[in-house]
Amino acid sequence: MERPELIVQEPIVQAPAAPEPQRRDFFQVGTASGRVERAERRVSVAVEDVSAWYGSKLAVAGVSFEVLAHSVTALIGPSGCGKSTVLRCINRMHEINVGARVEGTVRLEGADVYGPNVDATRVRQRVGMVFQKPNPFPTMSIAENVAAGLRFMKIGTKSEERDRVEEALRAAALWDEVKDDLNKSGMALSGGQQQRLCIARTIAVEPEVVLMDEPCSALDPVATLKIEDLMAELAQRYTIVIVTHNLQQAARVADYTGFILLEQSDSAGHLIEYSPTSDLFTHPRDKRTEDFITGRFG
Amino acid sequence: MTPDNAAASVDRFTAADPLYRRRKAIDRAMTAVMFAAAGATVVPLALILFYLFRNGLGAINLDLFLLDPSAPGRGGGGVRSALVGSAIMVGLGTAIGTPVAIGCGVFLAEFGRNRAGTVLRFLVDVLAGIPSITVGLFVYGLIVLPARQFTAFAGAVALAIILIPILARITEEMMLLVPRSLREAAYALGAPHWMTVLRIVLPTAMPGIMTGLMLALARIAGEAAPLMFTALGNQFLSTDLFHAMDALPLRIFYFATGPYENWHQQAWAMSLVLVLFILGVSLLARTIVGSKVTVRQ
Repeated sequence: MERPELIVQEPIVQAPAAPEPQRRDFFQVGTASGRVERAERRVSVAVEDVSAWYGSKLAVAGVSFEVLAHSVTALIGPSGCGKSTVLRCINRMHEINVGARVEGTVRLEGADVYGPNVDATRVRQRVGMVFQKPNPFPTMSIAENVAAGLRFMKIGTKSEERDRVEEALRAAALWDEVKDDLNKSGMALSGGQQQRLCIARTIAVEPEVVLMDEPCSALDPVATLKIEDLMAELAQRYTIVIVTHNLQQAARVADYTGFILLEQSDSAGHLIEYSPTSDLFTHPRDKRTEDFITGRFG
Repeated sequence: MTPDNAAASVDRFTAADPLYRRRKAIDRAMTAVMFAAAGATVVPLALILFYLFRNGLGAINLDLFLLDPSAPGRGGGGVRSALVGSAIMVGLGTAIGTPVAIGCGVFLAEFGRNRAGTVLRFLVDVLAGIPSITVGLFVYGLIVLPARQFTAFAGAVALAIILIPILARITEEMMLLVPRSLREAAYALGAPHWMTVLRIVLPTAMPGIMTGLMLALARIAGEAAPLMFTALGNQFLSTDLFHAMDALPLRIFYFATGPYENWHQQAWAMSLVLVLFILGVSLLARTIVGSKVTVRQ
């Protein structure tokens, strides 16, 4: 399959010179799983000084961080701190809200997703998203749900589509449970199965990055565990950014963790600290991070 | 809280407290009033059905459906021309009005969050409130006069004009009921706005829209006023769209106001058929929604 281009007019290889991925000190430190150490240390997503508004209300101010390819990066913070907004800025979902605005730069493999002539729908084809509540399309069968993205993009023949559906369902660890019910409605599945269906739907279009917005908050502990196991596997092929209010979850799944907090001065979310997960949880550099992870607030 | 206070507060909830007794009495009185109002709403329907069955059931026979209206004073006959005419004009009116109405509803729901949408929404509501006889007169001037001919087509247009505002607003409301999370899921897969509407929002809202279509169809099936100056009525069977055509509500009007006993009986029978049809369509509308609970809040 040909990868859809981010920029319509000019292919991405000719995009403005991609900055050399920066290597910071803390990337050298051991990570939660060691997975990133083995993988190529390439910056997949670079968030540079991003601020986001809802109307005139500043929600997120000056957030910068880099996400390494094939890593799991978690954004944690108390409710309403803007961590979901940061996530939605990465695949340009923030702007679908009326009056919403983004400033700053988000680079995907070096190319600015907010650059001129960039089509937001192309960005979203390369940066998939899984939502807080499982949201399978109710009018579609399980197979159709997984194939939805392919059909939106009009890629693949019927038999290719079948293969991709099976592949995606296997990757989402759902195939064995639904292989005899592919034509049944996705709504008949349990909550955890629905969420894995949504993950299958997201990865069926082969994105580079998968954003997960509190993907387990509507699920029971067993289903949560399954999704967490899945994340580690998916990180082999995709770059994953997850927003979670569950600190243990961040500690379990993430290689890097960012802590976002509402600052009193401008009542907008700021990135307080961004480190390898083990460092952030064992040697937080900021007092507020320490307060948060020790459960003093939030 | 002292023991004295506690005793007093318990008193509040017993029959011993006059305040409690008064509240209880008001509660009972208001409940009775609400029950009476609810009953008053249903009683007319029950009475209508009762009279229709009592007066109309006897005249329902095969002749009613297979014969055309009899000549004045000759007895016998049926209302085949009206049944066929109603089916044709309601069908054509629905066929003309539905695409326009759904298009308008989609516009209101997807692009109507602005001044233009607010104005259009208001105009649609005004159109819905225009008396149906006025719609008939309008179409008379628009189509019948220039053509110098009463036509079934003009009748269908008049019915479509009545259907459009009803169905347009229902379509808008059903589309807005589709959970935002489904739109977001489509956007997140890289679907542009138009594709999200066409492939996700509209199909999800479709059971609700079909219900609205059924209700609008039931409404226009019973309209006589917009057909009086357009389709006119016809005591002979006609399937020609460009000639006068009969319709059930028109035939009821002519027969009920006529002097002959067999006409009166057939008017009752037609009313019963019409009401049962509308009842059936409404029930069908309910089962569409019931069978496919897809719009989840």
